[in-house]
Amino acid sequence: MTDPLLAVSGLTKRYSRSGKIIAAVDDVSFHIEPGETLALAGPSGSGKSTIARLVLRLIEADTGRIEFEGSDFLSLNGAALRGRRARLQMVFQDPLAALNPRATVARVLDDPLRIHHIASGPERPRRIAALLERVGLSSGLAGRAIHEISGGQRQRVAIARAIATKPSLVVLDEAVSALDVSVRAQILQLLLDLQREERIAYLFISHDLGVVRAIAHRVTILEAGRIAESGDARSVIDAPQSVIGKALVAAAPRLSRIERDVS
Amino acid sequence: MTALASIRNLTVTYRRDGAEVAALKNVGFDITAGERFAIIGESGSGKSTLALAIAGLLPATARIEGRIDWLLRPPPMFDAKAPPSVLPDISPSEGEIGSSAAGSFPPASVIGEGRDESAISPLEGEMSGRTEGGATGRQPASLRDHAPIGGRDIGFIFQDPSASLDPVMPIGKQIAEVAYTHLGLSWRDAYAKAKTLLERVRLPDPDAALCAFPHQLSGGQKQRVAIAAAIAAGPKLLIADEATSALDTIVQAEIVGLIRRLVAEDGMTLLFISHDIALAAELAERIAVFRHGELLELGSTAQIVNAPRHAYTRVLLDAHLGLDAEPLLRT
Repeated sequence: MTDPLLAVSGLTKRYSRSGKIIAAVDDVSFHIEPGETLALAGPSGSGKSTIARLVLRLIEADTGRIEFEGSDFLSLNGAALRGRRARLQMVFQDPLAALNPRATVARVLDDPLRIHHIASGPERPRRIAALLERVGLSSGLAGRAIHEISGGQRQRVAIARAIATKPSLVVLDEAVSALDVSVRAQILQLLLDLQREERIAYLFISHDLGVVRAIAHRVTILEAGRIAESGDARSVIDAPQSVIGKALVAAAPRLSRIERDVS
Repeated sequence: MTALASIRNLTVTYRRDGAEVAALKNVGFDITAGERFAIIGESGSGKSTLALAIAGLLPATARIEGRIDWLLRPPPMFDAKAPPSVLPDISPSEGEIGSSAAGSFPPASVIGEGRDESAISPLEGEMSGRTEGGATGRQPASLRDHAPIGGRDIGFIFQDPSASLDPVMPIGKQIAEVAYTHLGLSWRDAYAKAKTLLERVRLPDPDAALCAFPHQLSGGQKQRVAIAAAIAAGPKLLIADEATSALDTIVQAEIVGLIRRLVAEDGMTLLFISHDIALAAELAERIAVFRHGELLELGSTAQIVNAPRHAYTRVLLDAHLGLDAEPLLRT
């Protein structure tokens, strides 16, 4: 058996709020295989976004260990950390907040190619056009400003930027939650296509069990910073064992509850 | 079936970057008194513009054409001792039709026509001053005495309770001032009503909550406070515009259950605006589907869900990822 792509063990992050210590993430362990989607689900305040930030090292853990591509990710610093970050990318909920609204699409995609020395200056416009095509956008969009394009197009640009550095893992923090349902379906399909063709693994954070069940291999359900249950996404969601898992499933709106009687 | 409001040929146009953009195009339908009615659509469908138009809250720069006719009873005379939460009584079986004055249906009020402010007669000026001068919104001046008053006849719940609550005012006062303003209660009675309302929206420890500030509450608790304020004056129509969209699934289900219970208890009409067809279907009796400012389809919830007539409704239904949907991931 090969080593997992990402192995998180005993991850803990505490905050002090008005004198009280609150564990936002409390002794959490999980792993992700190459090309696999692990979903983190749970209600507001369950710690799922904090875990995303810890894995990305946007914030530092109090205790715990993160192994990424076989090395101790938490011990990396400086140039070594920056170099490894090319392999670990992120897409957030609101692309207008994540991307400079006045930058052009080309500029947004040029940055990672330049910073990570992926393509030389003369080569970059061709690479940018290829990335846009890869995420289903016209290369004619390159000269447009981020604020001029639609929300769905912006999220595609954010995905193009994330895959520009050829990552092995992309953290998706509520990445489809703000999209219209028809656009959301297209973005989810794009993520699945990219995963199949480039063997990218996803850490997929969502409060929406319907979306999780549709695209994740496995799910970990969190409550108050702790893991409530984990397993195959369909098995867990179809028959949750934990109290919070049952509550999440019961709360999801379901069209099948609408009576068939058309009168 | 009695209509509460009748919307005809409603077109709303915004000016954006020098160009005219029609947010609503020639929309017409009736809202039945006492029903739970959902408006669904995606970004740019015009659903929020419709909610604001019905509530009389559109910005002054919007151009409004068409009619919204209200079949409300005339507002009661402003009376400091008026009983709170008088339920709307618009059933013809009560024998109100045919009697004169306060018991009869008022003439229809019209939005977007005859908005000639210079035509206010001294009497009408006096009337509007005697009711709620600041709360009349964008109703034609000559019809202010019959048009619904936001906050009293129409309660509005917005998506983001942090934006609709005053961050530096205790929440008890924010609810009490609705009762004070619209029901003519004394401050003491208005606070007593605020406490009762906090109990009705199931906020833990209502006594302490009266003195709490919005930032001390969770998102779901803040939305409960916003709902308490919205229903404080006993409105006939409650409009919820994406009122649960910023909440997680569990809190969303709780708030939807709360709205359903309050609407039933107070006999309110509910206008539930949402992008989520499954959520709307679980709450509403009728659904109207909007896209690009147009009303595409309107029907009973069972008809919309099980036998949609418009292809776009089918698209919305298929895009819903329920817990019973076929997974996109093929392993």
